[in-house]
Amino acid sequence: MKICCCIKQVPGTTEVKINPETNTLVREGVETQINPFDVYALEEAVRVKERRIAEGDPSTVTVISMGPPQAESALREAISLGADDAVLLCDRAFAGSDTWCTSFALAQAVRKLEPDMVFCGMQAIDGDTGQVGPGIAVHVNYGQVAYVAEIQSLDSKKMRVKRLIEEGYEVCEVKLPAVLTVVKEINEPRTPSLRGKMAAKKAVITTWGAADIDAPADKIGLLGSPTQVVKIMTPPCRTGGDKYEGEAADLADKLVDLLKCMEVA
Amino acid sequence: MAISVNAKCNGCGLCVKACPTGAIEVKDKLATIVEDICTYCGACVSTCRFSAISIDIDKQPTEDLSKYSGVWVFGEQRDGHVAPVVLELINIGRTLANDRGQELAVVILGHNIGDAVEMLSKYPVDKVYMYEAPELAVYDAERYCRVLTDVVREYKPEIFLAGATTTGRSFMSGVAINIYTGLTADCTGLEIGEDTLLHQTRPAYGGNIMATILCPYSRPQMSTVRHKVFPTSCIRAEGKAEVVRLEPKPQLYKSRSTVVDFIEQVGEKVNLVDADIIISGGRGLGGPENFSILRELADEIGAAVGSSRAAVDAGWIPYAHQVGQTGKTVCPKIYIACGISGAVQHLAGMGSSDMIIAINKDPNAPIFGVATYGFVGDALEILPMVTRKIKTMRGEPTVCPV
Repeated sequence: MKICCCIKQVPGTTEVKINPETNTLVREGVETQINPFDVYALEEAVRVKERRIAEGDPSTVTVISMGPPQAESALREAISLGADDAVLLCDRAFAGSDTWCTSFALAQAVRKLEPDMVFCGMQAIDGDTGQVGPGIAVHVNYGQVAYVAEIQSLDSKKMRVKRLIEEGYEVCEVKLPAVLTVVKEINEPRTPSLRGKMAAKKAVITTWGAADIDAPADKIGLLGSPTQVVKIMTPPCRTGGDKYEGEAADLADKLVDLLKCMEVA
Repeated sequence: MAISVNAKCNGCGLCVKACPTGAIEVKDKLATIVEDICTYCGACVSTCRFSAISIDIDKQPTEDLSKYSGVWVFGEQRDGHVAPVVLELINIGRTLANDRGQELAVVILGHNIGDAVEMLSKYPVDKVYMYEAPELAVYDAERYCRVLTDVVREYKPEIFLAGATTTGRSFMSGVAINIYTGLTADCTGLEIGEDTLLHQTRPAYGGNIMATILCPYSRPQMSTVRHKVFPTSCIRAEGKAEVVRLEPKPQLYKSRSTVVDFIEQVGEKVNLVDADIIISGGRGLGGPENFSILRELADEIGAAVGSSRAAVDAGWIPYAHQVGQTGKTVCPKIYIACGISGAVQHLAGMGSSDMIIAINKDPNAPIFGVATYGFVGDALEILPMVTRKIKTMRGEPTVCPV
């Protein structure tokens, strides 16, 4: 079975702070990480691979990312976590891609790799859109299930998954090939093994530009994107209000009064 | 290159600080864009006080956009129950439609949805488009996406809104892709600008920045909208919306997935996104058993129970309850954080709540920096007293404290 996993390199978020004087993002010392949801997606992809191999089906995980040359480090990290090879979609022509163009470019790579399954995180923690995974499925015309919390069974033709929705869980059967976006609940990711780290060091990362994936200039980047960001601002910082200290009983009284004021008690 | 700096630049360097990718340097009192790193995000353009930076692309609509008219709202429903966010969408949709001088319509898909349609027609919408078929009884991303793509192509609304729910977020992306138009996720601000375009504002980077996004060259302008940001619509004083039955097209129902089972969360209200009050617990609760203290108060005040990531990772409470960056983003009227220190990842998920009440033993916990009301003390001591007091107030029998 051929498995793909799409990952995004995002800022190490604890570092994303606002400078209150200039009201801008503080960038200094910002480290990068693999988008946390993508780590769960990758772990699940690797687990499926391992299960398939144990069942006698030779399987591989190819990890794909679109980004600047620096995103290569995220791909190497993915290899240390169990991916077999990695493709970086890197081309100036991709710059400024919105979710339409990003899912198009990733879908073109998927088309070229022809996997049976594509794993994505449910969303990225910087953009928070959750649109790219389902978008890939529509672009390549695969089945799709979003917010997957468990793979209950799987064979070479179909799988049964549990997806997390507002009111509970839905159990779905989906035919392969399919795109799955996963939630955090699905697994507990491993830490890189020594062997994985060695493999990551030695790995040759394939780089594909727009021409390599047959992505025409008018369907990628700023030019291809239907949406345009016209303004970015920092919202006013929330500041702390009244703070009460004292005996627990007094604090409880205050809290009850507060809830009464809000007409909930 | 699509981004350029003109002679108005005086090298003040504001843009350098604003650039999230570090793609700007000031050389000889002139901002210079490092071509390989710039992602055209536009942060510098809106920061520059001298209008010295612009991002221009040579692009024209590929069709006559004036063919599109009307504001559409997706009438999300499950088993005939309309999702609360739909009524919020009707409210903002009405404002947008009035500003454009156009119709507001709800489009609803499903089976046996007569009651839902009847209910929706009492709201201030002009039309309810009703698409009924047994195959659409249960939500399926592929099927819904195909049907809605077809309906949008035929009726050509100018604006199409859906709730940013697991449903809205999963099918709207596909509709936008099929039509080749823009979709803005999880909007918290929507208004018609002087340019008559829909100005869609949304948080990014965990709420640290707000971006305003346009879809100038294609239609419909599509958005998913966050819960509880817009107030719920009132019902209309008189009259009813016109109900339009859409003709089912079975050839569109093909899908590679089928829902075989639904497991409802029983016994507990976990639908955090719809809750007006959320009471959340963190590591400070000390153990899984103490969540019962939260639940007791939650039952009294009609709250849903949430948690921090720490409590979920410790296995004290299921993931469905997690609020924060890798959990749910919530926006209740009152958020009560108990024994939660307030890491930025948690704040990203609840920072836009109307009122935040924090209870924490540590007076220096970061949560107090955002709390409307802070209580320095042990939640395990305070909460049972609060629950008891409320019960007493209501004349309910209480168990004496030991």
